[in-house]
Amino acid sequence: MKRFIVKRLAYALVSLFLLSLTIFLFVRLTGDPAVLLVEPGASKDDLAAIHAQLGLDRPLWVQYGQFMSSLLRGDLGNSFYYRTPVLDLYLSRLPYSLLLAAAAMVFSLLVGIPSGILAAVRVNRWWDSVGKLFALLGLSLPSFWVGLVMILFFSVYLGWLPSSGSGSALHVIMPAFALGWYFAAAHMRLTRSSMLEVLGSEYVKLARLKGLPEALVIAKHAFKNALIPVLTLAGINLVIMVNVAVVVETVFAWPGVGRLLYEGIAFRDFPVVQATVLMGGAMIVVVNFFVDILYAVIDPRIRYER
Amino acid sequence: MNGSRAASLTVAWRFSALRVEGFPWIPTIILSTIALVAIFANVLAPYNPEVGVLGDRFRPPAWQAGGSEAHLLGTDHVGRDVLSRLIFGARVSMVVGFTAVIVAGILGTVLGILSGYLGGWVDQVIMRVTDTWLALPALTFAIFLAAVVGPSEMNIVIILGAVYWTRYARVIRGEVLSLRERDFVRLAIVAGCSKKTIMRRHILPNVLNSAIVLGTLMLGVVIVTEAALSFLGVGVPPPKPAWGLMLADGKKGLMAGYWWLTVLPGLCIMLMVLSANLLGDWLRVKLDPQLRQL
Repeated sequence: MKRFIVKRLAYALVSLFLLSLTIFLFVRLTGDPAVLLVEPGASKDDLAAIHAQLGLDRPLWVQYGQFMSSLLRGDLGNSFYYRTPVLDLYLSRLPYSLLLAAAAMVFSLLVGIPSGILAAVRVNRWWDSVGKLFALLGLSLPSFWVGLVMILFFSVYLGWLPSSGSGSALHVIMPAFALGWYFAAAHMRLTRSSMLEVLGSEYVKLARLKGLPEALVIAKHAFKNALIPVLTLAGINLVIMVNVAVVVETVFAWPGVGRLLYEGIAFRDFPVVQATVLMGGAMIVVVNFFVDILYAVIDPRIRYER
Repeated sequence: MNGSRAASLTVAWRFSALRVEGFPWIPTIILSTIALVAIFANVLAPYNPEVGVLGDRFRPPAWQAGGSEAHLLGTDHVGRDVLSRLIFGARVSMVVGFTAVIVAGILGTVLGILSGYLGGWVDQVIMRVTDTWLALPALTFAIFLAAVVGPSEMNIVIILGAVYWTRYARVIRGEVLSLRERDFVRLAIVAGCSKKTIMRRHILPNVLNSAIVLGTLMLGVVIVTEAALSFLGVGVPPPKPAWGLMLADGKKGLMAGYWWLTVLPGLCIMLMVLSANLLGDWLRVKLDPQLRQL
């Protein structure tokens, strides 16, 4: 187990290293980074000053060392637009993203798990087909379009829900739906296949042989075990939701990190863009590491894979 | 993929599959129609999609009060004909979608074969990069790249290719790992074929099926990503008529209830993505039973 953790940790560190290297190299090899890192419309003198300040005349590996050392000190640069450290900005937006992701997760589980169970219990009947159609739509409809159409109906025509911003529980409903829609489909698919697997197992057969009513077999014996992979996936998806909410947050003007990324693009605020992408990637690498460990704890066979 | 059968898959076999029951006619017809519309856009479109008449702003579709036959699907915030923009938008989506899928496919397949067949440090390097890039949320990564290189149609194709090749590399590598242990590869080695020849003549034809299936499934993903990038203002630059860009413009009339500017481009995206996904699903089951879990 120890060896496994060390190996996974090494992989995670390599991933973080490659992540920073990717970001670093793309910025430097595709043009003059000073143009990106200096405010638009800066004079030639300013550019020269930035060149000297960032050490852009030095060899690449020296530059990378500097980039990494400031990263490790938590210095992600300053935002041009807000005139504050990017890290502070990011951390002030993160709670909103987490709130939205949590709401979207609740929605996606409330829809995904029951419909997945129904699809598994009534496999190959009409409910299963409806479920498949729903899953396909969930994976095919762009979330920002779902959001826009919802604004059209619930805000413009019906006037029930606020179209943008944050502040009340009503503000969360539409963004959470638009964001959770895709994940509801994914959770449904996994619940269905997980339930099908459990329903075919020996202990479910035994429960049935004991003469337990079918409802009890499904609710007590099958459901609990089928839930494990779904909840694990949900854990990963929560982090992914925070990082894919850009379009949904933009549509609803929700003040999370996705909206921050959009503002970074719109105001040509490159340090913000760079930091948001780095933080997002780092978060996912860290979560993947913990999930790998968790899986190995649950299933010892994984530890001995090559 | 299953060896001897896979090895005997010829072009003829692939086409005979089209006659199998359950062929998804509707998605195929929709996709072909969109393709035809894209090709003949300049014949079909009644107006120039990039030039509007400011006096004709926000005209509703013909069947609604205030609409006219002149603009069947209405006009947008600068008086451009929505129908014409949708028609030319099909061209943008098709061109960007297909080229990006092909770029990502070639890159991913080549790197996947190299990684799987050569093994060793080549494999380690390619797979670590793949893992890292897969960890980045595709859209966020694409936004970052677009912010670095600037928006243009050409750049979008390169960006989407750079973001999505990893999906191919992973799957193809897995297949190559099992292919290289098979007898026909061993015999080729005994016969004195070079590594390059084996990879090109013996491995590549056997992973093409998977690459095609993945490509079809990827088409939908790529089109949605392109639309999202354009929607955020880092995709196809205005005034080009891309569907994602039309949605971004449509936001301007959303609160006033100008539904046609939002609903219609979204419907086009949905139809195309849904068709690509249905076709991809069918191909996956038909061509490559092992990919069913994907």
